[in-house]
Amino acid sequence: MSSATAIPSEIADVQWNGERLNYLNNGHGLKSWLLTKDHKRIAILYLISVSAFFILGGIFALLIRINLLVPQGEFPADTYDRLFTAHGVIMVFLFLVPAVPAILGNFLIPIMIGAKDLAFPKINLLSWYIYMLAGVILLYAIFAGGIDTGWTFYTPYSTSYSNSNVLLAGLGIFVAGFSSILTGINFIVTIHTMRAPGMTWFRLPLFVWAHYATALVIMLATPVLAITVSLMAIERVTHVGIFDPAMGGDPVLFQHMFWFYSHPAVYIMVLPAMGIVSELIANLSHKNIFGYKFIAMSSLAIGIFGFLVWGHHLFVSTQSVYLGLAFSFLSYVVAIPSAIKVFNWTATLFKGSISYDTPMLYGLGFIGLFLIGGMTGLFLAALGLDVQVHDTYFVIAHFHYVMVGGSLMGFLGGLHLWWGKMTGREYPEYWARAAMIIQFVGFNLTFFPQFILGYLGMPRRYASYPPEFQVLHVLSTAGASILGIGLGITIFYLLWSLKRGKRAAANPWGAPGLEWRTTSPPPTENFYETPVVTWEAYEFAPIETMEVLGYPGDPGRPTQPVHAEHGTED
Amino acid sequence: MSEHIVSKKTYYTVFLALLAGTALTVVMAFVNLHNWNIVVALLIAGAKASLVIAFFMHVKYSSKLTKMWVAVGFIWLFLLLAITMTDFLTRAWLVYKP
Repeated sequence: MSSATAIPSEIADVQWNGERLNYLNNGHGLKSWLLTKDHKRIAILYLISVSAFFILGGIFALLIRINLLVPQGEFPADTYDRLFTAHGVIMVFLFLVPAVPAILGNFLIPIMIGAKDLAFPKINLLSWYIYMLAGVILLYAIFAGGIDTGWTFYTPYSTSYSNSNVLLAGLGIFVAGFSSILTGINFIVTIHTMRAPGMTWFRLPLFVWAHYATALVIMLATPVLAITVSLMAIERVTHVGIFDPAMGGDPVLFQHMFWFYSHPAVYIMVLPAMGIVSELIANLSHKNIFGYKFIAMSSLAIGIFGFLVWGHHLFVSTQSVYLGLAFSFLSYVVAIPSAIKVFNWTATLFKGSISYDTPMLYGLGFIGLFLIGGMTGLFLAALGLDVQVHDTYFVIAHFHYVMVGGSLMGFLGGLHLWWGKMTGREYPEYWARAAMIIQFVGFNLTFFPQFILGYLGMPRRYASYPPEFQVLHVLSTAGASILGIGLGITIFYLLWSLKRGKRAAANPWGAPGLEWRTTSPPPTENFYETPVVTWEAYEFAPIETMEVLGYPGDPGRPTQPVHAEHGTED
Repeated sequence: MSEHIVSKKTYYTVFLALLAGTALTVVMAFVNLHNWNIVVALLIAGAKASLVIAFFMHVKYSSKLTKMWVAVGFIWLFLLLAITMTDFLTRAWLVYKP
C-alpha cells in the first residue's frame, strides 16, 4: 500500500509556499467568480448563498420559538403562519436540498473520481444562477406579504382560500427544482463517464455512491414537483377543478403528487449526508469501511424504495386503507437499508484508531440522532399510532432529528473534514469541538421535548396552546437559543479561519482518497497529472507510515503536517 | 451513439406512421367503445410516443445505459400513476355498500 502516499514530495513542498497557484488565486475579481466554470468555485458560490439562506431560515426558526414561549403566543396567528411557512420553505428548498450536493458534492465528486471538472461546467454554473433566481423569487414572496399555507401547500386551502403569495412561492419552488435537476444530470453523467483510469465502480468513495443515488432521486422526483405546483397554479388562477372538491377535484390527489416528490426529497436531503458520514467515520477511524458494497447498495436501495413510501403521509386523509397497509409495510422496509448503514458505521468504529476530532464528533452525533429520528419514523409509519401523532409535534421532532440531526450534522461534519481542502486553512479544533457539543446539547433540548409535546397531543402549526404545555415549550425555546449560539460560533470561527487559520496540509487525516492526493486548496485542474488508481477504496496506510502522511506519532492528534517547517501561521 | 446517421427513408417512414396514427386517433374518436375509448386512445398515443423516442430521439441507436435511463423514467411515471390510481379504485371499498 505504498502507493497511498502518492502526493509527490515536490508538490507537498510547494504546498507550503503561499504563492502556489490554486483555484482560489487563479483569477481575481467579481467577474472571475460570477462567470467561472470551475466546479470548485461554483461550490464556493453555493456555500455562500446556501449559508445565507440557512441563517435566514434559522432566524425564522427562532421567531417561531419566541412566539411559542407563552401559551397565547407573541405574534398574531396569521403572522405565525407566515413565519413557519417561511422557515419551512427556505430550509427545505433553499438549504436542505442543495446544501450537501451543490456545495460538497460539487466540490468533491470530480476530485474524488480523478476528473478535472464535472461533465457540463456551464450547466453547473447555470444551476447556481437558477438557484439564485429561485431564491430571489421566494424571498420576494416571503417579504412582500408572506405565504401562510405551510411548506406543503395543501389544497384546497392553497388554491381556493389562501390570500397569501402562493403563486409566487410555487414559481420559486418550480424554478428551484430545475437547479436541482441540472446538478443531478451533471453528477450522473460525470460519475458514468469521467472516472480516472483504474477508478472502477467499486473503488468509488461511498460519498460518490451516495451522490449517485441522490442524483437518481433528484432526476426522477423533481419533475413531479414541477407538475404539482403547476397544477396548483392552474387551479388557483383558472378555477379548473383539479384538487378542490367544490369544483369536482380531489384534494388527496394533491397529497399523492406532492409527496411523490417530497418524500424522496427527504432522501435527497439525507443520502448525501450519509455519504459524508461514511467518509468521515472511515477516515477518522483510519480503517477500511466495514461492508463497502452493502453501504453502496443500501444508498441505491434507499433511493429506490424511498419512492414507494409516500403514502405514509396520507394515513389520516381519505386514502384507501388497503393502500395504507401497503405503504406502512414499505415504510418499514425502507428502514432496512438505513439500518445497514448505521450497523456498518458502528462496525467500522470497532477496533479503529479513532480520532475524536470535530468531523468525527459530528459523525457520532449523526449516528445517534439519526437513529432516534429513524426509529421514531417507524412509530409514524405504523398505521394505528400515526392516527394519534399525525400532524403533532411528534412529527416535527421526528423530521428535525432526521433533517437537523442527520443532514445538518452530516453537512457540518463534511464541511469541517474538507474545510482545509476547500479553503486552504485549518479551522480551530478547540472551538470547533466546543461548538459541536453546544449544538448537540442545544439540538436535543430543542427537539426532545417536542416528542413529548406531540405524544401529549400538541398539534403542529398552532400559534397558541394550553398552558400545561408551556414548560416543554420553554425548554424547547431555550434549546433553540443554545443551538443558535452553537451554530453562530461555527460561522464565526470558520470566517475567522479564512484569514487567521493555519495553512492546511494536503492530507491532514492520513486518508487514502484521491481528494487527499492533491494540494490544499487544489489547483484549477484538480491534479497536476491524471491520477491512475491502483488501490481499493479506503485502503489505509499502516499506522507506522502515517508519519510520512503527516502524523507526528499519535494518530489521534493530527496537528503538525509533514514539511511543517515551511508552514506559516499568519 | 450520436454519430449514428439515420437515413432519410427511415425518418419519412416514421413520419408517415405518425400521420397514420393521428388519422387512426381521429377515426376512433367517432367510434364509441364506452370504457375502452380511453384505453384505445392511450394505446395509439403510446405507440406514437415510442416511435418518436426510438427514432427521432435516437434512443434505438444509443447505448444500453441510455436505454436503461429512458426505461427508468417511464417505470417511475408508471409507479406514480398506478399507485395513485390504486388509491382511487380501492378508497370506497370499506364504506361503499351497494
